[in-house]
Amino acid sequence: MLDKTGIAKRIAKEVKNGYYVNLGIGIPTLVANYVRNDIEVEFQSENGVLGMGPFPFEGEEDADVINAGKQTITTLPGASFFDSALSFSMIRGKHVDLTILGAMEVAENGDIANWKIPGKMVKGMGGAMDLVASAENIIVAMMHTNKAGESKLLKKCTLPLTGVGCVKKIVTNLAVIEVTNKGFKLLERAPGISVEEIKKATEGTLIIEGDIPEMVI
Amino acid sequence: MINKKVANVEDALKGVTDNITCMVGGFGLSGIPENAIAQLVKLGVKGLTCISNNAGVDDFGLGLLLQKHQIKKMISSYVGENDEFERQMLSGELDVELIPQGTLAERCRAAQAGFPAIYTPAGYGTEVAEGKETREFDGKMYVLEHAFKADFAFVKAWKGDAVGNLVFKGTARNFNPVMCGAAKITVAEVEELVPLGTLDPNQIHIPGIFVQRIFQGKNYEKRIEQRTVRARN
Repeated sequence: MLDKTGIAKRIAKEVKNGYYVNLGIGIPTLVANYVRNDIEVEFQSENGVLGMGPFPFEGEEDADVINAGKQTITTLPGASFFDSALSFSMIRGKHVDLTILGAMEVAENGDIANWKIPGKMVKGMGGAMDLVASAENIIVAMMHTNKAGESKLLKKCTLPLTGVGCVKKIVTNLAVIEVTNKGFKLLERAPGISVEEIKKATEGTLIIEGDIPEMVI
Repeated sequence: MINKKVANVEDALKGVTDNITCMVGGFGLSGIPENAIAQLVKLGVKGLTCISNNAGVDDFGLGLLLQKHQIKKMISSYVGENDEFERQMLSGELDVELIPQGTLAERCRAAQAGFPAIYTPAGYGTEVAEGKETREFDGKMYVLEHAFKADFAFVKAWKGDAVGNLVFKGTARNFNPVMCGAAKITVAEVEELVPLGTLDPNQIHIPGIFVQRIFQGKNYEKRIEQRTVRARN
């Protein structure tokens, strides 16, 4: 089974040379640490920066340079700042190549829910609805089940939706799954995890074809 | 020269009354108009509708107005990190409209640019689109979202001059430029009000035509919400 870092490491392998990438808050933020350093990638943050670098050294934090998680960051040579409208022009206009975000639920048709638990958690969608409505390539990073042990890969989402039919790939602590028009297609198993265990943890239709290889991280 | 400079925050917020709708720039606590918010608290105006990406934290930013129950309605994309906000929202004291962040930006920009509404793919098929007009373009569905109508826009820039030209710094730019000229009166506060002719016309982010009042701000706290650093080694 993978931990959060393991999920981030596996997703990092999906990042290709020349990609502009938007990372959501949580596990997706960790992905930046594991991208191969022999490829060129730029990270976009929806609050208005392209070319994000690592966290600043202590004493060099700048209140005017933060990411979408409101964390202090630095910029790399070639970085740019822009306003919120232009930032979402990049996102809705499909100029960002890859979006990686977390989710509470994903349905077998690619629907995603990640912004609201009625009566409990109402923090808002931030930029998630804009991201999922437009991105061609969306990878969800999440745990396969919730804290109560219930599957987060469902036939149909039960929580209010963030977007419809948009998720392409899911990387969990148990598996790599592709969303196809016939349901969840199992691509890879996490180290030490059997197909049976993944089947048990998946409520939605799980397509298993041939031998399922173990992830290489 | 068309002079937009006013002496202080008191003059800048003249005409602000109860029940107005105002846009407030900033992302989290970055780039918020600290002086204008402090003045709204001082004026004690009530029944405000605030269009702002976030709602501040408990003791800073728009959180200061929430503490005094001055806000009637918030239109935002993300409102975490604020316990008082959550309490007022769940108890029904505060009316909250949550909308996608890109839609928030574009509804400001539409007001600035003279568009009555825009079509966006964001929120289609979700509760955000309920009751709204939708339309198909090239096989994809879009939601009609209307331009905001606001009385005041309170924005904060890094540098500005007496004609209202503005230059922003870093990610403190965020929603500030798209709110300029998107309300009846745009009030800009700046960290540095520089002499006319000092700003390079090639480097102006917002031309003064979008700004009605500008003033030299003071005592900026510029709080950091999530101070994250890495070790030196």
